[in-house]
Amino acid sequence: MNAAVNPCLDIRSLSAVLPNGVRVLRSVSLSVQPGEVRALVGESGAGKTMIGKAVLGVLPPSVRIVEGDILLEGEDLGRLQPKARRTLMGARTALIPQDPLTALNPSRRIGPQMTDRLVRILGWSGQRADIRIRQLLDEVQIRDPDRVTKSYPHELSGGMRQRVLIAAAFAAEPRLIVADEPTTALDVTVQKQILRLIAQLQREHGTAILFVTHDLGVVAKISQKVSVLYAGKVVEEAETAALFASPQHPYTRALMAATPRYTNPFASLKPVDEAVLAGLASEIAAADQAWRRPHG
Amino acid sequence: MDDGRISRHGSGAKLWLAGGWLLLALLAALFAPLVAPQDPLAQDLMFERLPPFWMSGSEPGFWLGTDSLGRDLLSRLIFGARIAFVVAFAAALAACLVGSTLGLISGYFGGWADRIISRVVDVWMAFPPVLFAILLVAVLGTGLSSVIIAIAVIDWTRFCRVIRAETMGQARMDYVENARIAGYGRIGIMLREVLPNVVPSIVALLSLEMGIAVIVEAILSFVNLSISTDDPTWGGIIAEGRLSIHQAWWVLVFPLITLILTVLSFSQFGEGLKARFDPVLR
Ligand SMILES: Nc1ncnc2c1ncn2[C@@H]1O[C@H](COP(=O)(O)OP(=O)(O)OP(=O)(O)O)[C@@H](O)[C@H]1O
Ligand SMILES: [Mg+2]
Repeated sequence: MNAAVNPCLDIRSLSAVLPNGVRVLRSVSLSVQPGEVRALVGESGAGKTMIGKAVLGVLPPSVRIVEGDILLEGEDLGRLQPKARRTLMGARTALIPQDPLTALNPSRRIGPQMTDRLVRILGWSGQRADIRIRQLLDEVQIRDPDRVTKSYPHELSGGMRQRVLIAAAFAAEPRLIVADEPTTALDVTVQKQILRLIAQLQREHGTAILFVTHDLGVVAKISQKVSVLYAGKVVEEAETAALFASPQHPYTRALMAATPRYTNPFASLKPVDEAVLAGLASEIAAADQAWRRPHG
Repeated sequence: MDDGRISRHGSGAKLWLAGGWLLLALLAALFAPLVAPQDPLAQDLMFERLPPFWMSGSEPGFWLGTDSLGRDLLSRLIFGARIAFVVAFAAALAACLVGSTLGLISGYFGGWADRIISRVVDVWMAFPPVLFAILLVAVLGTGLSSVIIAIAVIDWTRFCRVIRAETMGQARMDYVENARIAGYGRIGIMLREVLPNVVPSIVALLSLEMGIAVIVEAILSFVNLSISTDDPTWGGIIAEGRLSIHQAWWVLVFPLITLILTVLSFSQFGEGLKARFDPVLR
């Protein structure tokens, strides 16, 4: 098969369990085409971060994958040797994290933190890496790159730190970026700028993004496709426009009803409808039953 | 904001005071033959129990007085500093190297390595340290190197415990996960990403440990288990001073003050350095 027709990321019925046997991911299938933004939306604890970590190969040791494959540009990550996998992932994927403070090493200056990866993983010369980093800092609209590269993380504002991390994520021209709620830790005025920045760089670089969020407003702004996740299960998947025009699954409809700005921004926030949740619970219980039979 | 500034000034002053005393003591130790006014071993029964310079009956050239054998106290303290510093540096460095390495491995890798190392530390710490030291020196024989080995063998656990805890805290941070995503290997992450964040604690502990080594050496000298009795050591001088406390209090008091100042300076110096080193506190 020609590599060009492979999806950038292809997750095939991925299941993961905790040591106590609870399934955190339930046969999740999801794909991201090259250059596409796929939103992954769902409430807290749905397993969004877990999917991102599984893709990037940094699941916590307690979480075990029991079923399914993850393919990056047609290559099955499960079949690679750890070393080969690491180099491949280091070159082709990147993360834009939720908390820009802890994602940067507090005792190292920004500049070396950013260039290090290009030099040590991709084998660039120090000079080339420096030039590249400056170019990216310019793209994320950092006007005083000299000061920023010489700073320690805590000397920058949250917004600046997130810009730095966005620049770092795009620097190596990865094929896929996982953005895990990249604006949640920022204050509202900065959120919009950062979101716009990610969208702009994504367009210019043609990078595929798996965009994790619990905010349907963000989904509408940034993505072409959406997967709705509930309790580790993809309950609906659609083109973004189609999802907002005619949500199919009752949970998606309930989620939309619970998000005020789509119906009436002044309405008070409603919790997701109890009846819908009860329906989902039995649906998931049935799925678990069906799953346990072949898997013991 | 203001509070931060005041405390930083305070720590700066402490750093300079402590550093100043340590530098003075270190220089005196290094150049002891040049700066000591008298031969520290020369006995002179004509000059026994001379008081310090400001008291009546003192003699010029014997600034802090003499002991019951007529030996110059200041010269003995200066020469005693040599042994104190050699023991402090050598023992603390050895304890630091062993303890920090094991602590880093234990905290970063976790798993069975952590279980084994932690268990050894627990067993080790069940021994009372001073008894442990006396026992070790009794087995190894007296002498400078056995004192150093004894202190290192006992106190590596202090480094191991603290550095393990700090490393575990750092290993959970997102930047470590980020480094893994970027493709770095485990050992590379431990050395390049985690280690710089625990260095301030290592430095502070190292300085503290030097002070502790000085005390332990003094205790061993005091019970006559340290270096050969001819070389003046602070602990040895204190032991002698205790015997003549009623006739010559200075033989006890001056070495005690020297010892306490040095030990305090080491711990304050370490704290101050940590604050300087730490980019977040700075
Ligand atoms: N390290 C871990 N070990 C075991 N279970 C975990 C761990 N981290 C998360 N979980 C569990 O896995 C499930 C999915 O968590 P995850 O963090 O993926 O949710 P999320 O959708 O990202 O939520 P949020 O919006 O709050 O970030 C949750 O039930 C959570 O309790
Ligand atoms: Mg999450």
